[in-house]
Amino acid sequence: MPNAIETRGLRKVYPAPSKKARRGAASAGNDGDAGLRGGGDVVALDSLDLDVHEGEFFGMIGPNGAGKTTTIGILTTRVRPTAGKATVAGADVCDNEVEVRQRIGVVPQRPNPDRSLDAMENLVFHAAYFGIPRRVATERARELLQKLEIASKAEAKVDEMSGGQQQRLMIARALIHEPQILFLDEPTVGLDPSARQSLWAILRDLHGQGRTIIMTTHYMDEADQLSDRIALIDRGKLLALDTPAALKARTTDGSLETFFMSLAGHRLD
Amino acid sequence: MALLARDARVTRRELPFFLIRTTMQPLMFVIVFGSLLPKMGFLGAQYKATLLPGILGVSLTLSAIQSVALPMMQDFGWTNEIEDRLLAPIPIPLIAIEKILVGTIQGLIAGLFVLPIARLIMGPIPGLTLAHVGETVFVALLGSATFSAIGLFMGTAIKPQQIGFMFSLIIAPMLFFGCAYYPWRGLDVVPVMKYAVLINPLVYVAEGLRGVLTPNGPHMHLGVVVAVLTGMLIVVGWLGVRSFLKRAIK
Repeated sequence: MPNAIETRGLRKVYPAPSKKARRGAASAGNDGDAGLRGGGDVVALDSLDLDVHEGEFFGMIGPNGAGKTTTIGILTTRVRPTAGKATVAGADVCDNEVEVRQRIGVVPQRPNPDRSLDAMENLVFHAAYFGIPRRVATERARELLQKLEIASKAEAKVDEMSGGQQQRLMIARALIHEPQILFLDEPTVGLDPSARQSLWAILRDLHGQGRTIIMTTHYMDEADQLSDRIALIDRGKLLALDTPAALKARTTDGSLETFFMSLAGHRLD
Repeated sequence: MALLARDARVTRRELPFFLIRTTMQPLMFVIVFGSLLPKMGFLGAQYKATLLPGILGVSLTLSAIQSVALPMMQDFGWTNEIEDRLLAPIPIPLIAIEKILVGTIQGLIAGLFVLPIARLIMGPIPGLTLAHVGETVFVALLGSATFSAIGLFMGTAIKPQQIGFMFSLIIAPMLFFGCAYYPWRGLDVVPVMKYAVLINPLVYVAEGLRGVLTPNGPHMHLGVVVAVLTGMLIVVGWLGVRSFLKRAIK
């Protein structure tokens, strides 16, 4: 099966934070990162090797600070790796970043629509950045807003939309140029259970259309329910990568949480 | 073009607020120093010829900086609204350069708005000529572009919490020591200041506009103005794009 995404030896090291930040972290009892504890650079990713197959729903799960967002950042060309290589849809994220961006859609961790524009304008202008003519973009935008059940908010200012509606707008924005690969960074954080279930249905539908989806989450049930395969990540390292069923089969109680604890030595949250 | 279209839409929507924000201060100065004080006899009529080009320079400065710096701070702030443009299939330096271009255009719009109103408030101005329209537009463009580049650098290098410092420590001194309200030659009486202010781009914009709008009055050689502003634009533009890239890509 061809790979939509490949990473080899992917490493990201952030420069050491300021002394003030280190003092603050130390006084808060933050020992979640070896780099901070040692007073040196922060190793966010440590030689990560991943293959994501075309058409796969790939879940990445790990606690806060595991390196999930950094991985997404590198694959979406927003973060430059310190070492290693990554290709998305055959294009290198460092050497062919424009080509990568042409082929991907990104739903960020926190909705960040353009607040100077209304919902429809957000979609139409984003489509224009990809060279999609206005008439086509407007039609696609209307369809997406309808499908995501926010058509009534087409002319609304972004600030008039709820968090769940803004998240749907982000999904619409990520899809407006019909990308092959969709990245979602913790898309259900802050959503109520009903909105969460609704979003799951949307993601299942998108996956059913044959898109490759990469989703980070720190909700085990979410990864379990939606993913074809799950990568467990902690402290920048890949702990395990397999189907949800295969991972759960390695535990006595069939729980992904238990499996994660057995590898990481601590709970997910 | 799509980026420009987006900024044009936002500018059009916010035009009245943009014009008020960027032209109110220069026009207040015009009313006081260009109309009231000459009428009271505290300033000669000749002073108006010195003031008008300087006020034009000030309006270019304020609008170009504010139209780039403040939105940059917001875009890269907590909301991170810039991301939809950073995810576009466009080389990221081009996004930064587009911001400079938009700031330049907005600066020109502010200048075009201020010039006739200032002339109306101050009345006839000795030595004022519009015979050098091309040169006037060129100097205004160069000045506006330079300040837009400064705005890009400030907007990406300065944290939002430091915005007050930006106005107090950078913009206010720039405006008052930019030879906008007095000619550079007038600083012959304070030689140290005469040469210290030469790092201020507003000095060249104000003097350049004096050279094309009121050429009979004292002004810097236009060749010097163009050369220095071009050099500043290149250097600050490079710094601004580099700072933008540092914020855009971790």
